Amino acid sequence: MPFFTRTRPKVYDDMAVESLFPRLEPLLPLVQKPIQYVGGELNSTVKDWDATRVRWALMYPDAYEVGLPNQGVQILYEVLNERDWILAERTYAVWPDMEKVLREHEIPQFTVDGHRPVGAFDVLGVSFATELGYTNLLTALDLAGIPLEARDRTDEHPIVLAGGHSAFNPEPIADFLDAAVLGDGEEIVLAISEVIREWKDEGCPGGRDELLMRLAASGGVYVPRFYDVEYLPDGRIKRVAPNRSGVPWRVVKHTLMDLDQWPYPKKPLVPLAETVHERFSVEIFRGCTRGCRFCQAGMITRPVRERSITTIGDMVRSGIDASGFEEVGLLSLSSADHSEIGEVAKGLADRYDGSNVSLSLPSTRVDAFNITLANELSRNGRRSGLTFAPEGGSERMRKVINKMVTEEDLIRTVATAYANGWRQVKLYFMCGLPTETDEDVLAIADLARKVIATGREVSGRRDIRCTVSIGGFVPKPHTPFQWAGQAAWETVDERLAKLRKAIRADREYGRAIGLRYHDGQPSVIEGLLSRGDRRVGRVIRAVWAAGGRFDGWSEHFSYDRWVKAAGEALAEEPVDLDWYTIRDRDAAEVLPWDHLDAGLDREWLWEDWQDALDEVEVEDCRWTPCYDCGVCPQMGTEIQIGPTGQKLLPIAAVSHS
Amino acid sequence: MSRTPTPPDRHTPPTVQRLRLRYSKRGRLRFTSHRDFQRALERAIRRAGLPIAYSAGFSPHPKISYAGAAPTGAASEAEYAELGLSARREPEAVRVELDAALPDGLDILEVVEASGSSLADQLEASTWEIVVPATAQAEFAAAASTLLSTGSVEVERLTKNGRRVFDIRGSVVRLEVHDPDVVTAGRTNASEGFSEPCAILQVVVRHGTPAVRPDDVLAGLRLVSGLELPRPLRATRREQGPWDAECGTVGDPLAPDRDAAVTG
Repeated sequence: MPFFTRTRPKVYDDMAVESLFPRLEPLLPLVQKPIQYVGGELNSTVKDWDATRVRWALMYPDAYEVGLPNQGVQILYEVLNERDWILAERTYAVWPDMEKVLREHEIPQFTVDGHRPVGAFDVLGVSFATELGYTNLLTALDLAGIPLEARDRTDEHPIVLAGGHSAFNPEPIADFLDAAVLGDGEEIVLAISEVIREWKDEGCPGGRDELLMRLAASGGVYVPRFYDVEYLPDGRIKRVAPNRSGVPWRVVKHTLMDLDQWPYPKKPLVPLAETVHERFSVEIFRGCTRGCRFCQAGMITRPVRERSITTIGDMVRSGIDASGFEEVGLLSLSSADHSEIGEVAKGLADRYDGSNVSLSLPSTRVDAFNITLANELSRNGRRSGLTFAPEGGSERMRKVINKMVTEEDLIRTVATAYANGWRQVKLYFMCGLPTETDEDVLAIADLARKVIATGREVSGRRDIRCTVSIGGFVPKPHTPFQWAGQAAWETVDERLAKLRKAIRADREYGRAIGLRYHDGQPSVIEGLLSRGDRRVGRVIRAVWAAGGRFDGWSEHFSYDRWVKAAGEALAEEPVDLDWYTIRDRDAAEVLPWDHLDAGLDREWLWEDWQDALDEVEVEDCRWTPCYDCGVCPQMGTEIQIGPTGQKLLPIAAVSHS
Repeated sequence: MSRTPTPPDRHTPPTVQRLRLRYSKRGRLRFTSHRDFQRALERAIRRAGLPIAYSAGFSPHPKISYAGAAPTGAASEAEYAELGLSARREPEAVRVELDAALPDGLDILEVVEASGSSLADQLEASTWEIVVPATAQAEFAAAASTLLSTGSVEVERLTKNGRRVFDIRGSVVRLEVHDPDVVTAGRTNASEGFSEPCAILQVVVRHGTPAVRPDDVLAGLRLVSGLELPRPLRATRREQGPWDAECGTVGDPLAPDRDAAVTG
């Protein structure tokens, strides 16, 4: 149901595309936070349309305030725009008030850089960090005048390409995508651009179909329409197979091996509008082999590849100079695990001592070494709160999820924190984990009590606080828990209610413990979208048609709308919402993403799932022998870690104030 | 390590110089909110390497104070702020550096060293130019004269805390409708052109609580005239400063500082 009749030039007609801004400008006073639609951020790029051959619209399918800081989009935006023959602009999900204005005035989805219609680009690349952005994809397509279903698109429409972690199972949105890419984007976006340029230079032979075929044949781009899914009578998948020759059986993920060669973002985007992260982030390594079984990011980004201490130092310096940001985040999945993190922290803290640049290490492991790091990084600033993630409340639970933290570790760590002047500790847990019982969740209350007791003892103060933050567990593809039945939302809510009661009833410690959690329903829908197959696309479309937007926002999310849509869209199928979510899968079942290769050996994943049930832990392969998860040999990659032995030297030009 | 956290011993040099800025919000950057501008200015100060003074304590803040900011969506040629510096700088050099570090559209127009008086006290009134389609010029003129002959005009504004009703008539001290060339005659840097035929509402408002905005004036005009007046194309604050009741003009709020600089 395209909303607009469009008069767009064909892909291969490189006619000038005009800015929509003159039409948009008089309408901006009618919407909330208009600055988010204006563009012009520091370090943003607007190129001459006609001077380029391949044009990308990059979308983060959430509001500007969430999407702008996204590292993935910023990196690809810069990498693409560095080539003089490529143009890349950004677009974000518009809020419902703007959607209404655009529809009323027949203005299509636009980029914030050149305010050009998204439908005029060669590629619409969408980065999915979460499945809850799927309905926003449909809004953007519809506003852009791009048919929702890939099969209805013609040569005049952009290639709709998905990336990001959710693209490791793109099956629920397969009908809406032309293609998906797994893994690191830096190199593959350039390779795709080359293919498009070559095809355009040849006069676009064979149209859209041939372009997609050329991309698919490379083995690194998944084109869902070239694969057929067959089902068994009971609803399980029988097989997924290519439906034409020249298309690989399995599509592999991309792994960037030398992060020092790709020090992006070099020029971080600095918005005028307020966004969720007001800082410059430097990714200090990619990948994680801690082996936490619930963690999709840790599984699909292997192996570990570090940036060297010198590259980190250079990136921090040039990023601050280029942006004016005062806060620098050292990002990764477990930043304290960098082989030279002590030197990195000390070197940066020395460099910026006395300036107002503050450093943070957002992801912290539970051990005392982290306090040393945190002390180093907070030399200049406040010591308000430290966050640790034991994830499971009981020792048993932590063995199941392979989070190797003992209660002693945790208590020792928090004792060090409070003794060093940190006043608040935040603990992160999950609820609804496989094999979890009420006791495992109630153990969170015991831990929190011990934390407060320890804090009071070592600090000699009563005003010690501990915040317990709990997220609902959602089983994810390409993890050992991909076979696990998700806990019903009623079970999760019930356990959390019991936990809250236990904490509230505690006269001695209860008031020092803050409890934060969400109800369990949104996790069920995230579970449906995470492990769904192509049939779930109908549910997504029905929810969107019924007004579903911004499903990651509690004020917009409607569980009832999803349940109703699932009931109707799957009425003719032997499957339903429960089948996708709370059902255990067995080893033999074909999973919707089995033809998508994250490098992990399926048998190893299954063994690790069995080990989880047996409460057997597995060590990190950076410091212990390889346990054959499969990634390194499969992908032709290897662990890339230091130490390099280098040190950060003081820099003369750091501005003091 | 001490057990009771105390503010870290950062050397927080005292403020040795206060500078007042006049800046503009032009073109598409008029859609920045005041908070957006604050962040942009703070970052520009860091990029320009200005020796901004910071407050002491656990979370030090740069010493910048603002007064009478224009609403989101309104352009302005007369916004003001004051900076505290920990080392003396030449005001004009600061203007050039800061302007270069800000995006085009947020422009630093003037920098002078502050004298003793309070900046906020100097900002008593504003002159606004509201650009409207020429086709509605007669209606606006009629509505303006009705408004001026009305004793009290209560308008409603949607705020974060719900609806607020207040009188605007007391604040409106001048309201005229002109052809654009009358208004822009003699202006050296007419930064904005008009792409379509238009008329200009010149409004002078005295600042009260809340400060009357162009939208409030428009609401008042619609209310008293009963006319469906079209949406304005743009509103720009031209002047902001002390109100001279005798001459009926808005003065230059930086004049006392400039005078002090000359005599001092």
